[in-house]
Amino acid sequence: MTDATANTEETTIYDELPDAPPKKKLTLTWVGKLGVTVVVFWLVMVFVGPYIAPFHEADIIAYDSYMPILSTTEGEGFHLLGTDYIERDLFSRILWGARTTIGIAFTATLLAYLVGVSLGIAAAVAGGWVDVSLSRVNDAIISLPSIMLGLLAVNAFGSSIPTLIMTAGAIYAASVFRIARALGQDIMVMDFVEAARVRGESMRWIIFREVLPNAAMPLATDFGLRLVFVVLFISSLSFLGLGIQPPMADWGSMVRQNLDGLGYGSYAAVWPALAIATFTISINLIVDDISASSGGSLAKKMI
Amino acid sequence: MQRMVFQRIIIGIVTLWVVSILVFVGTSILPGDVAEIVLGQTATPESLAAYRAERGLDQPMYMQYASWLGGMFTGDLGTSKAGGASIASLIGGRFGNTMLLAGVVALISVPMSIVLGLLAAMYPGTWIDRILTFGTLSLISVPEFFIATFMVLIFAVNLNWLPAIAHMSPEDSFWQTIGGMAMPLITLIIVVAAQMIRMTRAGILNVMNSPYIEMAILKGVRRKRIILRHAFYNAIGPIVNVVALNLAYLVSGVVIVETIFAYPGLAKLMIDGVQTRDLPLVQACAMIFCGTYVILIIMADVAAILSNPRLRNPK
Amino acid sequence: MTELLEVRDLKIEAPQKDGPAIPIVKGVSFDVKAGEVVALIGESGSGKTTISLGSLGYTKPGLEFSGGSISLHGNDILSMSNNDLRSLRGQKVAYLAQSAAATFNPAITIGEQVTESAVLHGVMTQEEASERATELYHALELPDPELLGNRYPHQVSGGQLQRLMAAMALVGRPDLLVLDEPTTALDVTTQIEVLKAFKKVIQEEGSAAIYVTHDLAVVAQIADHIVVLYSGEVQEQGPVDQIINNPQHPYTKRLMAAAHSGPKPGMGDKLSGDHDKDVANIEVKDMTAGYGEIKNGKPAITVLRDINMSVKNGHVVGVIGESGCGKSTLARVIAGLLPPAQGEVILDGTTLKGSYKQRSKVDLQKVQFVYQMADTALNPKQLIGEILGRPVEMFEGLHGKKKREKVAELLRMVELPIEFENRYPAELSGGQKQRVNLARSLAAKPEIMLCDEVTSALDSIVGSNVVKLLKRLRDLTGVSFMFITHDLSTVAAFADEIVVLYAGRIVEQGPVDQVLSPPFHPYTRLLISSVPEMKIGWLEETMEKREMAVGIARGVEITAVGCPFYNRCPIAIDGTCNTKTPPVHEPVPGHQISCHHSLEEISAIESAPQQILHGFEKAAPDDDSVRA
Repeated sequence: MTDATANTEETTIYDELPDAPPKKKLTLTWVGKLGVTVVVFWLVMVFVGPYIAPFHEADIIAYDSYMPILSTTEGEGFHLLGTDYIERDLFSRILWGARTTIGIAFTATLLAYLVGVSLGIAAAVAGGWVDVSLSRVNDAIISLPSIMLGLLAVNAFGSSIPTLIMTAGAIYAASVFRIARALGQDIMVMDFVEAARVRGESMRWIIFREVLPNAAMPLATDFGLRLVFVVLFISSLSFLGLGIQPPMADWGSMVRQNLDGLGYGSYAAVWPALAIATFTISINLIVDDISASSGGSLAKKMI
Repeated sequence: MQRMVFQRIIIGIVTLWVVSILVFVGTSILPGDVAEIVLGQTATPESLAAYRAERGLDQPMYMQYASWLGGMFTGDLGTSKAGGASIASLIGGRFGNTMLLAGVVALISVPMSIVLGLLAAMYPGTWIDRILTFGTLSLISVPEFFIATFMVLIFAVNLNWLPAIAHMSPEDSFWQTIGGMAMPLITLIIVVAAQMIRMTRAGILNVMNSPYIEMAILKGVRRKRIILRHAFYNAIGPIVNVVALNLAYLVSGVVIVETIFAYPGLAKLMIDGVQTRDLPLVQACAMIFCGTYVILIIMADVAAILSNPRLRNPK
Repeated sequence: MTELLEVRDLKIEAPQKDGPAIPIVKGVSFDVKAGEVVALIGESGSGKTTISLGSLGYTKPGLEFSGGSISLHGNDILSMSNNDLRSLRGQKVAYLAQSAAATFNPAITIGEQVTESAVLHGVMTQEEASERATELYHALELPDPELLGNRYPHQVSGGQLQRLMAAMALVGRPDLLVLDEPTTALDVTTQIEVLKAFKKVIQEEGSAAIYVTHDLAVVAQIADHIVVLYSGEVQEQGPVDQIINNPQHPYTKRLMAAAHSGPKPGMGDKLSGDHDKDVANIEVKDMTAGYGEIKNGKPAITVLRDINMSVKNGHVVGVIGESGCGKSTLARVIAGLLPPAQGEVILDGTTLKGSYKQRSKVDLQKVQFVYQMADTALNPKQLIGEILGRPVEMFEGLHGKKKREKVAELLRMVELPIEFENRYPAELSGGQKQRVNLARSLAAKPEIMLCDEVTSALDSIVGSNVVKLLKRLRDLTGVSFMFITHDLSTVAAFADEIVVLYAGRIVEQGPVDQVLSPPFHPYTRLLISSVPEMKIGWLEETMEKREMAVGIARGVEITAVGCPFYNRCPIAIDGTCNTKTPPVHEPVPGHQISCHHSLEEISAIESAPQQILHGFEKAAPDDDSVRA
């Protein structure tokens, strides 16, 4: 009884029990699924929108400005969402605008991720003065209001799509840096990273094989949120007249241009605003749905 | 603990110094020569040179930075390039307006957000939580100008209760002033509260995963007491942080709202400054914004340190 | 005795979004009589905690009751209204969790938390509750009972918090206590103290209890009735005497076989011929190490002081001591993870560089560190094949098919199926992950493996299987081991030599059988007598001994001068032990004891009649005469 090795009654019936229930697969509720549907719809529109749109974004075709929804211009066509302040088809412009607004925002977010994640992980891995100096500069950038920075950049470099992408990318790289650095620091203290270091692995291996794979999921969730911020940021710049320049269609400037119509009872400003809202709300719904499945369950046990 | 607070303040000061460099260099990249802008196309080379010498613009960049930084410390913000007026006087009134707006919004939105955030966390998954969650999620997902526009549509156009444009006059009584500010106030309260409600709820629910919450449930503690006594005290750090971030936003990030309602605040002043290439003005405004942000964040961090019982009551 | 709690055919399951619910508890029945302690024992995954929480009408998130009944005083708990449930919890049934440190709210004073439930349920007023709490602090032998309530949880020690939790449960005089592994996370010397306190108050209060644990020796001390669980089903139940002394069910027998018995000389294997080499593989000389900036050879926080030890080729050296004694730090210094402030680490006769960054690849390969927690030691995003393949690639330069063959061989060595190479760590059980963790170190073909508490987080059966594997690996590969643990019994069965660390210094070391037999260093003796034996009544016997009474009551203090064990030692000499470094005695070559007493004195004291002290005598500075 005292000596474990003396026990020859090896039975296979009592297998070692699993530690925890098998890992739950990521399942979305209907709300999350709805979000995915809407986001996928707009992403498809980024690619096919301009091809299926009845008119070109710059075509001035209708008889009248601020035509109501479901009106028709004889000989030209049907205006599902009416027309805007200079007699352009609103529905077509929204489809074209998807490409501009989402395309620019997506590229800028990618850029922000490229810069923010590289520097953030570098700061976490290198530590020391690299980390301190990068973090202080980053704090300084974050402390500047983003719209102000955008305003400054547009005034300095002129308003073009590359400027917009670079500006939004640079501004949001700062917040990505913070998150990537925090994630990186959490992972760097894990034993498996230490094991890799002691094994003599290169920095490259540690970053790409040990740290990044473990930061991928939280970064992906954050990408969604960041994309929403960038869409809102670019729309706001456009709303101030600093963003996309006419005649290109983008949702933010479309709201501004048609704002006056509200006074005449036209809803031309509402549709592009709704387009923004459906896209951003849907992304947030997905993100919420993913994070909800991992927390807050104890709170429901309160009585 | 004092050491930590002290450290935090030092970090804040270093950040402010980095900010001053960024602001100075950042504004210097704005195109156009100030002297030419101020003196116009007709200026002679001599007058341009004289202007530059007077303003120290012919000095090397680092000298200009040093004298500018020195001016900041002594309260000499310089003179506006455009009008020649002192920047301090230009900013003074605007700063008051911005602080009034931010103050009233904070007074209403902070308590409201914390109460609603706690309420949502107290009844997770119920209809009240769902409404708050979805409502605030929608509000943070749409641009501010969208909300502002809707406010105008409802209160100014349809109901005709409030003026669509903010009007401020020194002769107004307090309540007249508030009435004149109503539209920007409502818009900002909605925008800021939505964010704070969400973060308060998330902060509480994050703490709610702790074993000590489960223990409280197993001790038969009521829902209300679990949230208010057990969870809230441990979530103060993150909640104060969110409040600070939103207050900083109120002072600086309200460009859109100030533009739409033509509210004479600091953000509007800075936009005008950028467009007229009024560098000293832009620099002064930017430093005020960043300073506010840094000070608020330091205060939040200090509050978090002070609210931590481990640090407050050492062994 | 009447039935207090009746559990009948209890079923608890985990509902799944897609597919049928996973049963966790599959029809369990047992009774708890008034005043009786019922132990639920089993390994992790057996459902023991889930069942015990059921008696509070509570399930962990993600689980739900799916059948059967639990009734207290004949009232069905599972059909209670929320109001009734609230007054049941904390008032009629009270819960004690495994980790008091996590269970106390850091932001609320101890006093408020202890009295909270009694006051909220209206059982007593705040004054009455506070008074009763103070009584309980006295009964639980907590220091400074009058002022304890004003302190915050982080201001008291882990062992004290564990006892405070007992006070928290008992304040409202509940009918039933539910204790969920309340001593598992504690050091042996603390465990025995907490156990003693629990047993005393349970007897005094006359309340019934459900005691959840996987440790049979602990159960033997405290329970009246035992329920043995496996995979959510009762395997065997009966009075404690019958289960411990005459187990019937094969699973119970297996549990008994894996359970620890007291460490005794002669439990280990005899060293075989080619196993027994006298050449030192690793030697540590005059080493001092710690954390923070090193000034004049002294770190800001010294963790280890003047360490001299060696691991001979092919030998297993067990390093034991309580948490915080520096045993993991010792391994980290040898592995180069923490450069020493003074002294040197010698591998095969040549001095190693302090930091792994400066060591050669061969040196890194020869010394392998095995982490305690396989969960953090294995990258969750890499397949087992990649985790094992990488060191093979790096150290042996093997690629492609040869690498895969080597990985397969490694998996075979640690008794895992080859298919595991295509699995992620999360798909493995705790014991399997620990085997992969060991295999990764083996992949480097090391000369010495530094195993840091590799069995501590595992259940007894799984842990004893891992030790069996280590023995096989030792015989198979001739690798040396440094086996760090707080578990003396495992060391007694596995190690050739033992190093006893206390507060960063070696107090005794030598061959296993020598260290485990007299003469003992007073600390070694305390450790050995603190390991619970699977014998009913052991606890009472042990508590009669005086070194227990003094030793357990005081915390570890890291000192620079004198004997590190001074403030807990029952035979300390004031003016000597606290001022001078103790001399080293060598009763037989290779066996060293650091103590100011001569070996004769130590032996004499051990055979002398025991005088019972209660441990607080030394707290008062003017009370020094008691010790002398």
